[in-house]
Amino acid sequence: MLVGHQPKEFLLAVEALTVSFDGFKAVNDLSFYVDENEIRVIIGPNGAGKTTVLDLICGKTKATSGSIQFRGKELTRMKENEIVKTGVGRKFQNPSIYDDLTVFENLEISYPRGRSVFGALTFTRDAAVRDRVHEVAEMIFLKDRLNMSADLLSHGQKQWLEIGMLLIQDPDLLMLDEPVAGMSVSERTKTAELLNRIIKNRSVLVIEHDMKFVEDIAHKVTVLHQGQILSEGTMEKVQNDPKVIEVYLGH
Amino acid sequence: MTDNRFFNRSELIGILVLAVFLVVVLPLTLDVFRLNLVAKYLTYAFVALGLVVCWGYGGILSLGQGVFFGLGGYCMAMFLKLEASSVENTKIQSTPGIPDFMDWNQITSLPLFWKPFHSLTFTIAAIILVPGIFALIIGTAMFKRRVGGTYFAIITQAVAAILTILIVGQQGYTGGINGMTDLRTLKGWDIRPDHAKVVLYFFEVGCLFVCIMIAQFVRHSKLGRILVAMREKEDRVRFSGYSVANFKIFAFCIAAVFAAIGGAMFALNVGFMSPSFVGIVPSIEMVIYTAVGGRLSILGAIYGTLLVNFAKTSLSETFPELWLFGLGGLFIAVVLAFPNGLAGIWGDYVQPRIDRLISSRKPKPEGWTDSSVADGAPAE
Repeated sequence: MLVGHQPKEFLLAVEALTVSFDGFKAVNDLSFYVDENEIRVIIGPNGAGKTTVLDLICGKTKATSGSIQFRGKELTRMKENEIVKTGVGRKFQNPSIYDDLTVFENLEISYPRGRSVFGALTFTRDAAVRDRVHEVAEMIFLKDRLNMSADLLSHGQKQWLEIGMLLIQDPDLLMLDEPVAGMSVSERTKTAELLNRIIKNRSVLVIEHDMKFVEDIAHKVTVLHQGQILSEGTMEKVQNDPKVIEVYLGH
Repeated sequence: MTDNRFFNRSELIGILVLAVFLVVVLPLTLDVFRLNLVAKYLTYAFVALGLVVCWGYGGILSLGQGVFFGLGGYCMAMFLKLEASSVENTKIQSTPGIPDFMDWNQITSLPLFWKPFHSLTFTIAAIILVPGIFALIIGTAMFKRRVGGTYFAIITQAVAAILTILIVGQQGYTGGINGMTDLRTLKGWDIRPDHAKVVLYFFEVGCLFVCIMIAQFVRHSKLGRILVAMREKEDRVRFSGYSVANFKIFAFCIAAVFAAIGGAMFALNVGFMSPSFVGIVPSIEMVIYTAVGGRLSILGAIYGTLLVNFAKTSLSETFPELWLFGLGGLFIAVVLAFPNGLAGIWGDYVQPRIDRLISSRKPKPEGWTDSSVADGAPAE
């Protein structure tokens, strides 16, 4: 029996999150909530703490205080690889791929099986793995480059490859740090198209500076400034917020 | 199909060539004295093989592999020494039945930790487990705390120095600076005469190939690719759901166990064990063998070890003072000019020529392209 308001289940609930580096609070008492299947974009001037927020969620940086709940699990106390196993995937700002391996091998390593030492020793490249790699490679426009060494890819292709590595991981929450930075116009269009296709059935947290791109994909925008939320809401609301115009969009 | 979980076609050829070289060519062309020298060199090849996995693939530079070589060697030597110290052999001592160096140091009964080494089964287990567990402890302490790179290398050096000091200092228990000498028999079989040396040589080569196969298996497994991935982008591997520390610990333990097997072979083939194979200098020399052979090449490391040691023997006979400078110079030259060592030179210059020669003579067989992509990992 439902009586009154049921508390809403958020996929990700960040509450009172604070991290201080030698007294400097990069993120200060930050709270925000991400729904299932929501695309949230975080914008803000340089040094606002955007990347730090992603670092905190994926466990790269430990929080000083506050909590990060993902599907009811507290992430601040977990190790990085455990956080990945609960369903959080992270793409780094600079394309972070394995140059010495082929595109196929890059994708294969991200396939979520055989992640223990023994599991990796006995891992076999069976049909399921091959099919999934081919399927993802097709999505990220690298189908005909599977046997190529990854360091021969262009910058944009490396970005796609890393997105592909996250896709194969199939996370419930996908975090992307400036996915279109340094891309050509045509690459950017293709990336937007790619992102629009892969965000189905998962939540996405994106950091981006490119306002045109943000407008295209965002359901909701959070503006960070000096480690705190300056404004939050739809793109339209945020764009017309005088505080936001003053510190960020006005420039 | 020659591609499997151990090797692809070109690697199979390489392994067969090495097998013919070690099993047929060397025993037929060298006298027993020289063959025994090769046996001694090959004990370092085990260490070099471990370094290929740990340093070459995993990027973990250990400058203390002598520690594990020494632990394996001392385990073997303790068993052999006990057998050589039977009451009958040592009746002139004030306490018969204990190793001679203990008697010289006024020790009157066999220390407790020596007693299990009466058993060969225990000794074989100890050769693997003692260094393995020691590496596990060091690896866990370091890698779980994210100590890596240069810091890790320095700590392994410190461990090598500590162990040497410990062995030298505890003369009554370890034989001190002289080590354990006068090893005679293995289960009653005399290891000193020429025919025994030949048998031991073949036994060692057999063990070496088992280790090569293990290294090949690791390399071709996904674990091998994760090691390479980790070497480049540790964070990416971590955020793909792997515990980077565990993989590093595994690579370090494998390298330790290989080194220990080499150490045990040293005690058997050379007939003694001393702290001069444990410390900093021998540990760095072992890294040089690997660098010269090619730190990314399993077979290259073995050729590198043989080559540097042959050079060492012949040059140090002629110019004893200059040899160490030569070794240092060789290391610098290899790192600067050929970072992938002999194997790199072979792969860049020799192999393409051979391929061209073969392909120009006969029409391209089907599936020919397999072997050219095969170098990094098995073709999918």
